[in-house]
Amino acid sequence: MKNQYAIAARGLSKHFGELKAVSELDLNVPKGEIYGFLGPNGSGKSTTIRMLCGLLTPTTGSADVLGTTIPGDAKNLKPRIGYMTQKFSLFGDLTVQENLKFIAEIYSYRRSDRSRRIDELLQRYDLVEQRKQFAGTMSGGQKQRLALACAVLHHPDLLLLDEPTSAVDPQSRRDFWANLFRLAESGTTIMVSTHYMDEAERCHRLAILDRGVKVADGTPQELQANTGMNVIEVVAKNPYAAQAALDEVAEIVSVTQLGVRLRVLIPDRHADPVDRVSAALDSRGVSASANIASPSLEDVFVAVTVKPEARQ
Amino acid sequence: MNSFLSRLSAIIKKEVLQLGRDRLTFGMVFGLPIIQILLFGYAINTDVRNLNTALADQAGTHLSRQFVSELRASQVVDIIATAEDAAELEAMLRRGEISIGIMIPHDFDRRVVDQDRAAVHILVDGSDPTILGVANQLRFMPLRFDVSPLRQAKQELIEVRPYYNPERRTPVNIVPGLMGIILMMTMMLFTAVAIVRERERGNLEMLINTPLSSAELMIGKVAPYVVIGLLQLAIILGVGQLLFDVPIRGSVVDLYIAGCAFIAANLALGLLISTATHTQFQAMQMTVFILMPSILLSGFMFPFDGMPIIAQYIGEILPTTHFIRLTRGIMLREAPIGELTYDLFYLVGFTLVAMTVAATRFTKRLD
Repeated sequence: MKNQYAIAARGLSKHFGELKAVSELDLNVPKGEIYGFLGPNGSGKSTTIRMLCGLLTPTTGSADVLGTTIPGDAKNLKPRIGYMTQKFSLFGDLTVQENLKFIAEIYSYRRSDRSRRIDELLQRYDLVEQRKQFAGTMSGGQKQRLALACAVLHHPDLLLLDEPTSAVDPQSRRDFWANLFRLAESGTTIMVSTHYMDEAERCHRLAILDRGVKVADGTPQELQANTGMNVIEVVAKNPYAAQAALDEVAEIVSVTQLGVRLRVLIPDRHADPVDRVSAALDSRGVSASANIASPSLEDVFVAVTVKPEARQ
Repeated sequence: MNSFLSRLSAIIKKEVLQLGRDRLTFGMVFGLPIIQILLFGYAINTDVRNLNTALADQAGTHLSRQFVSELRASQVVDIIATAEDAAELEAMLRRGEISIGIMIPHDFDRRVVDQDRAAVHILVDGSDPTILGVANQLRFMPLRFDVSPLRQAKQELIEVRPYYNPERRTPVNIVPGLMGIILMMTMMLFTAVAIVRERERGNLEMLINTPLSSAELMIGKVAPYVVIGLLQLAIILGVGQLLFDVPIRGSVVDLYIAGCAFIAANLALGLLISTATHTQFQAMQMTVFILMPSILLSGFMFPFDGMPIIAQYIGEILPTTHFIRLTRGIMLREAPIGELTYDLFYLVGFTLVAMTVAATRFTKRLD
């Protein structure tokens, strides 16, 4: 049972003084999957990743990571994981090639295969031209590719990526995800934190964190199917007036504007949600159409992170 | 073992590469010792010579002229003017034209044999304590040659003869001490910022998530600086000998043994600072905090025995104090290192303690 998971965490908590950065977190990350960590800044994503690779000692709880016990056995875990920090952490005053060589030596990569492996990575991550360039002078996307190349150089079984795409353009992000899928294909388990919905949607499975608490987890499809909310899409000429009208309806937990459209969330225990919305709009004389829509991941995120009292 | 060496050499190579590209630091490695030694060697001069002096010789006898010529020969005074009387000397003193005025009364010959009266008056600008000290030495002149034949008395007076530095040249005393100060400054500063810098730049979070051990990281980071320290030692010795004629009477090998122990002590101290601070700025402040007492209380600036007892206790803790004793002993007194084992062992012990504390403090965690 244990072996099907790369990470199995139980009751993992981390407190910094009064602040509960992560509370009672249970996680099961299946091997060979891309597991997403979705949450706003300060929701405990980085803290969790740092606990899982032994950088932070959990206040309570423990985790089984690749068969080693955390906390305690981080030493045996290090050679088997790759870790990409949120901030670029390679050496700006070394060239791309020197950085890769340094990492190869640190991981005691087989001497005879080192240059072949480095060449392979330069090719794979499109850094051949930057080979002799100082890492500090590269663009965000190039730095990110170098960081990924360094993180996977020693063929880790588990890759932990802390907001890897926060500093790169959309094209680089797409390429980056193509690389992640290729790695997952070859058997690497990947845990990636993000605050981008579109990235979360690409994950095989994800957990949503809110103020240190896991509020939902599952595949994106499961999460979308089990929001416990009806999503009504309202199209109005004057979305501002429509929003003002909808704010007065007690059952509505959230209204999000997307251009001329409004995404309205109503808990599914309330019957006839479309009628309620239409009635509210009509009573204020707002001309708008209201239709039921299927939840997007963003709706899921809003649904699980609204304040608990609003969900009642 | 194999991977230990691989990782260690990876860190060392990386440090050397980075050091080579950091022009400013690289310049400091070689520029600092040279500038310091020139600065200290030329500027700090506690031996006083050629003080501007005016003479009022009212006697003008054979004996008084002989006294004046003996005075000139001491090189302490440089007689640049003559005056008629004490009042004129006072005026020149007041105007800052001279530091010392020598007044020889007309009855000089008689006063010389008179026990009760001073034969010569020395007027001195006492605002500089060093000059006053010199003048105080001169004051004993007439008294002495009261009781014994003139020539003999003079010889006794001039005979302030410090051992090992007969010419009383400051560089001879300064340079061996300066080796300690310069080495400490560079070694401690470089390693103090070494780990903090990587922490600030974020490199450390990546490094501690690799199989790299704390010991590998620490040793790898300081190893290049041992070589740099030994190079600096050579520069200081070379410049000291070339420009200031500072002797190396003892064994150069002994000197380098002492140097290695001292460099190790400072690198360990630097690492300790590195683990105790969070920013490069803090690390620098901490370095200066240790640097100041090392300059003032190590016997480098002031004679150790002349310091208050509390200051001596503090001085005893500092590695620089022990290194300066070693270098002065080896270079000036030709002492073999076997006779200076206390100071050598202190440095070794200091290194072990500081290194252990540093490695213990440095955890491969962020909390």
